[in-house]
Amino acid sequence: MEYFLQQLINGITLGSIYGLIAIGYTMVYGIIGMINFAHGDVFMVGSVAAFLVVLGMGLTGGSGLLLILFSLIIVAVIAMVVASAYNWTIERLAYKPLRGSFRLAPLISAIGMSIVLQEFVRVSQEGRPKPVQPIVTGGYELMTRVTEAGEFIVRLTNMQIFIIVSTLIIMAVFTALIQKTSLGRAQRACEQDMKMASLLGIDVDRTISLTFIMGAALAAFAGLMFFLYYGVTDFFVGFLAGIKAFTAAVLGGIGSLPGAMLGGLIIGLIETMWSAYFTVEYKDVAAFTVLVVVLIFLPQGLLGKPEVEKV
Amino acid sequence: MTAQDVSTLKAKPIDFGAVAKDLLGTAVVAMLILVPIISHKSVITQYSLVLETRWPTIAIIMAVLLSVRLAMHLFVWNRAPKPVAARSAGATKVTWTDTVAPYVLPVMIVLAILLPILAGGERRPIDLGIYILTYIMLAWGLNVVVGLAGLLDLGYVAFYAVGAYAYALLSTVYFPYWFGDGIVPWAFYITLPLAGLLAALWGVILGFPVLRLRGDYLAIVTLAFGEIIRLVLINWFDFTNGPQGITVPKATFFGLPFTAGEGGFAAFFGIEHNRIYYYIFLYYVILALALLTYYVTNRLRRLPIGRAWEALREDEIACRSLGINTTNTKLTAFAIGAMFGGFAGSFFAARQGFVSPESFVFIESAIILAIVVLGGLGSQLGIVFAAIAIMGAFELFRELNFLEAVLPAGTDPVHFRMLAVGLAMVLMMRFRPRGFVTRRQPTVFLKERKAVSGDLVKEGHG
Repeated sequence: MEYFLQQLINGITLGSIYGLIAIGYTMVYGIIGMINFAHGDVFMVGSVAAFLVVLGMGLTGGSGLLLILFSLIIVAVIAMVVASAYNWTIERLAYKPLRGSFRLAPLISAIGMSIVLQEFVRVSQEGRPKPVQPIVTGGYELMTRVTEAGEFIVRLTNMQIFIIVSTLIIMAVFTALIQKTSLGRAQRACEQDMKMASLLGIDVDRTISLTFIMGAALAAFAGLMFFLYYGVTDFFVGFLAGIKAFTAAVLGGIGSLPGAMLGGLIIGLIETMWSAYFTVEYKDVAAFTVLVVVLIFLPQGLLGKPEVEKV
Repeated sequence: MTAQDVSTLKAKPIDFGAVAKDLLGTAVVAMLILVPIISHKSVITQYSLVLETRWPTIAIIMAVLLSVRLAMHLFVWNRAPKPVAARSAGATKVTWTDTVAPYVLPVMIVLAILLPILAGGERRPIDLGIYILTYIMLAWGLNVVVGLAGLLDLGYVAFYAVGAYAYALLSTVYFPYWFGDGIVPWAFYITLPLAGLLAALWGVILGFPVLRLRGDYLAIVTLAFGEIIRLVLINWFDFTNGPQGITVPKATFFGLPFTAGEGGFAAFFGIEHNRIYYYIFLYYVILALALLTYYVTNRLRRLPIGRAWEALREDEIACRSLGINTTNTKLTAFAIGAMFGGFAGSFFAARQGFVSPESFVFIESAIILAIVVLGGLGSQLGIVFAAIAIMGAFELFRELNFLEAVLPAGTDPVHFRMLAVGLAMVLMMRFRPRGFVTRRQPTVFLKERKAVSGDLVKEGHG
């Protein structure tokens, strides 16, 4: 029971990160119907940018809690702006000119972009992963059980609280943005019918650009938390995290925002539970298997609408 | 459009305010992109992580970027729009490329056959030839799936892995166990077809569940399959020896090992022993395999199944309504593509003398896909040029010493090769989505065979 509770906490933390990345996939797919294959790498760029800024600020675990919190907000904003600039540029250079090209063109271009981003970061930052001392430290002990093997303590660390709470806040702000503002309305309109939306005076290009920017900002925030949680980041983290987040997006129903969050949580939980109860070595196999099974048997996802192909 | 109309199309006046605004915008975005990632580099010193700044690099990049953009504004983007030339659909002029095209492939084949002689006993050109031919063969195999059937397969390297491991495991573990050690010199010849069959079987196994998917989802599922196979190869230690890999026996010349001394290849033919013979032998094996791939796919294209592939690529729904069995069509495409991957994998294992999961990462699939894409999705000749360009460029990057003078100290040009491949893929889709070789030979025709330009075909590759 205690063991399960601990895994639940870990899984929700990981799931929050995946959920935030998944939103970027789901929004882009919803609006232009393509998989932004480079999105995982935009997450990586956000993560590396956050890492560099933290290093530049000289932030360590020894500073006061308020100072850390304040600095992390600044780091988050910088990482989000940088990642947004990347995603905006990618959309402008690699995707926008390909609208109306043949079916596979945007996906191939996205794969190329993904390689470019990875290699760009690898060349400019070296390939070696670079560990950082934990910055958000401390935590609470929720439960203790004494067993023959020793004490098993269920911990909720401050880092986990930070991740879960800030994900909730970001999600609330983001939902309000989509539901209440004119930008969100334009975004939803383009999702339903792009041609009609443009006839009604919505600047479709601008809306698509903003969708990429929003997705990148969320991914960059996830990148910051990923780097803080694991204490390490490198040029390759975007590949696996990106695929898992994509799985989350499909599982939740591609195009559906609550679905992306739900899918993220489920994938996070599956991964943690699998590592805890089965084998750590095969946790990525488990994630990929979920992806295959979902795409084949449940392509519309949990909260999505079935897609009918029309001639 | 008449000549008079053309003269009225004048250059637009340059709006300097707008240009300045655009340059400012470019500068801001470029700074955002460059500043944290390039300006600061984290370096692990003896005691801790420190940041190194590289502001001069940024200044150079910014200066180049802004001047190029300014030049584009001043000289390119303000040019008068070109009059649209009237183009009659279907009829294409006979150009010099049409006259030369039929001779390109035979000339290249002759050159390929003569290469070991031209190399004059040097090992390096032969090695490079083997390397490039392996990728040409892989790309021709993938071309069946992606170029002809239009199914984007991102996990192609899985079949390559199946072929390689089939050879490695059969020749080191199972054949000696089943038939005794005497079989080992012949293992390559027995395993080669088996590896192809096994890979084809895996193609069907992996193809079967994904039949309903198309486009993006199919691509992601095949990517997942590829990664699953690699991860299983890493973790199933008892079966595959995990990340440490397997050392495999070298291929023999029909039972004659390439060793010095009694019973070897050199002794049998009464010539002096030289290691180069082994590489020449490998070169001709891969050349034969590659040509087999070319020949088989070319023949298949003319069969009903090949036409069904191409029809499927253009429009799946139309295909189904015309009574084409899309299930079989897709599965055969997967199986045949996978089979060639398996052959290549088996050869790869024999050449390397060693297999490990490290060789079958996603980036390999991406490189093979890049070759197919750069070759123009469906064009077999284009693939040859693309493979030579990419793999040759990879090798050239190693030799380009003058680049080191241009690049900042401490950066190795080799590091930039994948960056160049990624950029090439993006630029290709942007500017030449139909590939460099856009000429298409139709397989079905009325009265006479007319080559059509790729621009006239719906999916861009006829």
